[in-house]
Amino acid sequence: MTKIVFEEPDGTERALDLTDGQSIMEGAVRNGVVGIDADCGGACSCATCMVYVAEDWRVRLPAKDSSETAMLEFCPHVQENSRLSCQITVKPELEGLRLKVPPSQQ
Amino acid sequence: MPPLIIVGAGQAAAQLVASLAQDGYSGPVTLLGDEPHLPYQRPPLSKKYLAGELALDRLYVKPAAFYEKAGVDLRLGTRVERIDRPGKAVILADGTALPYSTLVLATGSRPRRLALPGSELDGVFYLRTVADVDAIRGRFADARSLVVVGGGYIGLELAAVATKHGLQVTVLEQVPRLMARGVGPVVSAFYESLHRSEGVRLVTGAKVLGFEGKDRVTAVVAEDGVHPADLAVVGVGALPNVELAAAAGLKVENGIVVDAECRTDDPAIYAIGDCTKQVHALTGQPLRLESVHNALEQGRVAAAAICGRPPPTLQVPWFWSDQYDVKLQMVGLSQGHDQAVVRGDPGSGRSFAVFYLREGQLIAVDAVNRAPEFMLSKQLIADRARPDPAKLADERVAVKDLRS
Ligand SMILES: Cc1cc2nc3c(=O)[nH]c(=O)nc-3n(C[C@H](O)[C@H](O)[C@H](O)COP(=O)(O)OP(=O)(O)OC[C@H]3O[C@@H](n4cnc5c(N)ncnc54)[C@H](O)[C@@H]3O)c2cc1C
Ligand code: FES
Repeated sequence: MTKIVFEEPDGTERALDLTDGQSIMEGAVRNGVVGIDADCGGACSCATCMVYVAEDWRVRLPAKDSSETAMLEFCPHVQENSRLSCQITVKPELEGLRLKVPPSQQ
Repeated sequence: MPPLIIVGAGQAAAQLVASLAQDGYSGPVTLLGDEPHLPYQRPPLSKKYLAGELALDRLYVKPAAFYEKAGVDLRLGTRVERIDRPGKAVILADGTALPYSTLVLATGSRPRRLALPGSELDGVFYLRTVADVDAIRGRFADARSLVVVGGGYIGLELAAVATKHGLQVTVLEQVPRLMARGVGPVVSAFYESLHRSEGVRLVTGAKVLGFEGKDRVTAVVAEDGVHPADLAVVGVGALPNVELAAAAGLKVENGIVVDAECRTDDPAIYAIGDCTKQVHALTGQPLRLESVHNALEQGRVAAAAICGRPPPTLQVPWFWSDQYDVKLQMVGLSQGHDQAVVRGDPGSGRSFAVFYLREGQLIAVDAVNRAPEFMLSKQLIADRARPDPAKLADERVAVKDLRS
């Protein structure tokens, strides 16, 4: 289990213990994090699992692959620090990672 | 007040429950499903779950706690046999009548079955449910040959997984090209050579006559010959589960007919997901879609209508399929296009896109390992954009510059 901190759209902060080896998206859905729609269930086809990564964490995450980069390029509300949470696997090195959920995924 | 009752506990139903909660629905909700599982995602069934890369609990749309928290009376393994419209109740197999205030039919679809000699033999499977996939996977270990009847995306995803697993796979498709209902000919041709290059035997224009075997299937007989099969899987399309609705006298035309708010011709009864037929906002034509996007969207639309809220913004229909390392992403509805523009070379490599236009307006895109084209086109199609075909075909023009 690794602790990941989510800030939901209304500002609520939730520190959750997520299962290692699964994606951050799966952990968020399992815990009912508000605003992670994840319509495609992690197939990197919907871009509705987007999150903003806290500045100090950006460089510490594994790099995006080409399909994540491409999906993000045309995703609404995208910012420099956006990632698709279904493409990041939970592991102990991510302990304390802080993510912010966008106001809407549409 | 009697509860809102949902019949069918699949992806549309799970989304409806989530959206009702978000939209502030405060009445009681009962969810009845005949499968023994929490609502789960079907797409991985012919992909990662079949490959053994995902455990069952990772298919669940929401965890059990979600339904508890939402106060949903969730009854799995429970089949609804009949709707009593005058009495406003659903009737279960044991005769129990459950009264409803509002009823939502989310019964999904089921595989079209083949009625051919030998089609009831052991070893002949269909692929729709967790139980189906568990049974198929159970045979992978000691099977050497698999015949897939039907070259639609489900059969082809299965072919890809089974080939990687070391089986000799034969795909028999009746019409001259693969995934004919979903994609254009350029894309079909690409997938034909893709599967051939991965070692799949492929017969298009095949006519399957029956299945051979004593107690277990050993071969699939087609007009072009006998294809050895330790295992056969039939994937020849799906039929909507409309029987409850039809027997209750609701309007059914190859799908339960619903209006823009997913209401049937009985104002107390809605229908969502694979089982519905609805005039599509993009084309104005009645359409039955079998996709996750449609199931989720109709779940959201029905929830808003039930709660008296404004409807959500509709998305352009989209779909995906994973075969080997190739991701196919489709957006829009290509029916009625008068121009198809190819970007990239389908003949070399595994990455290109086909844009479909009607009278200059972009209406659909098939993107093969081309996420940027797919994502941009979602917006372009919604905006009814008229991109320049010459630019679409020109790889020197960046994707973001394809807008006009
Ligand atoms: C193998 C496979 C792969 C797929 N891959 C993709 C993909 O890559 N992308 C994509 O977009 N879509 C894909 N789909 C399609 C997608 O899964 C469906 O469109 C979606 O599941 C439809 O959701 P639904 O809730 O309408 O129906 P379902 O998920 O089928 O749920 C309906 C449920 O209702 C139950 N039910 C029916 N009648 C009754 C009754 N009388 N009483 C109680 N319960 C009842 C059924 O048993 C079922 O559990 C795939 C489908 C399959 C089978
Ligand atoms: S869940 Fe669809 S892209 Fe992440």
